[in-house]
Amino acid sequence: MIRVTRKYRFSASHRLHAAGLSASENAELYGKCNNPYGHGHNYEIEVSARGPVEGRSGRVLDPRILDGLVEEQVLQPFDCKNLNLDSTAFEDVVPTTENLAREIYRRLAVKWTSAFPGPWPVLEKVRIAETPRNIFEVKEYGET
Amino acid sequence: MLITKRVEFSASHVCRNPLLSDQENEELFGAAANPHGHGHNYVVDVTVEGDPDPVTGMVMDLKQLKELVNREVIQAYDHRFLNREVEPFDRVVPTVENIAIDIWNRLAPHLGQKGSRLESIRVYETPDLFVDYFGEAA
Repeated sequence: MIRVTRKYRFSASHRLHAAGLSASENAELYGKCNNPYGHGHNYEIEVSARGPVEGRSGRVLDPRILDGLVEEQVLQPFDCKNLNLDSTAFEDVVPTTENLAREIYRRLAVKWTSAFPGPWPVLEKVRIAETPRNIFEVKEYGET
Repeated sequence: MLITKRVEFSASHVCRNPLLSDQENEELFGAAANPHGHGHNYVVDVTVEGDPDPVTGMVMDLKQLKELVNREVIQAYDHRFLNREVEPFDRVVPTVENIAIDIWNRLAPHLGQKGSRLESIRVYETPDLFVDYFGEAA
């Protein structure tokens, strides 16, 4: 088995604000991330797939298929977007990078078998860096 | 404990399976099937697992590891056209997956003495594409 990982980047804005909490509770909980006008990041994501090396191609997967899947499921919906306002995923969910990682994993998992119809490769994990120092990983998140 | 030594080499390759037609290769590999080849600056992370030796405080002698990787991998791969100059890539397509497996096969027989063993090989073909190989057993 080999794990193949590919990196992608997108830029988006968000505001951390929990609907069930008061303004002062939100300000205390999220600090400057609760700034009412939002703020942005250059997100960097790593998508990892696992599988055997297929004999004909010598590869685990065709990176063009993975690129197409990530483009459609992640980059188009999120790049240069306001996560709170432009995505239905965060209407009721705070767009923390934990929740963003889950959403990206879920979006890839839902379309995975149509992109890769065989038993391999499998989606192994999604890693997302909000900044070079804040990094989140989701493995085999069970909501597909 | 895991200890990782990073090395680099530059090489050219072409992703082309000699058993397939030109058209099939182009469909399978796209621009990477260009018959004249193209190159990358590869980065290799060699990770060894073991307990620090109570006398030396080291998992293994990094100088020895560096010399081993230079001798078995870098001297063979660096500034070469992998398909034409480096076995087994005359018959195995030099995808980054197969390069990781070959590096493992070159190093694993020399590691595993004195309580340490090869844990994984990570190969970056570009900063945005890399593979991890943990040996046949994994």
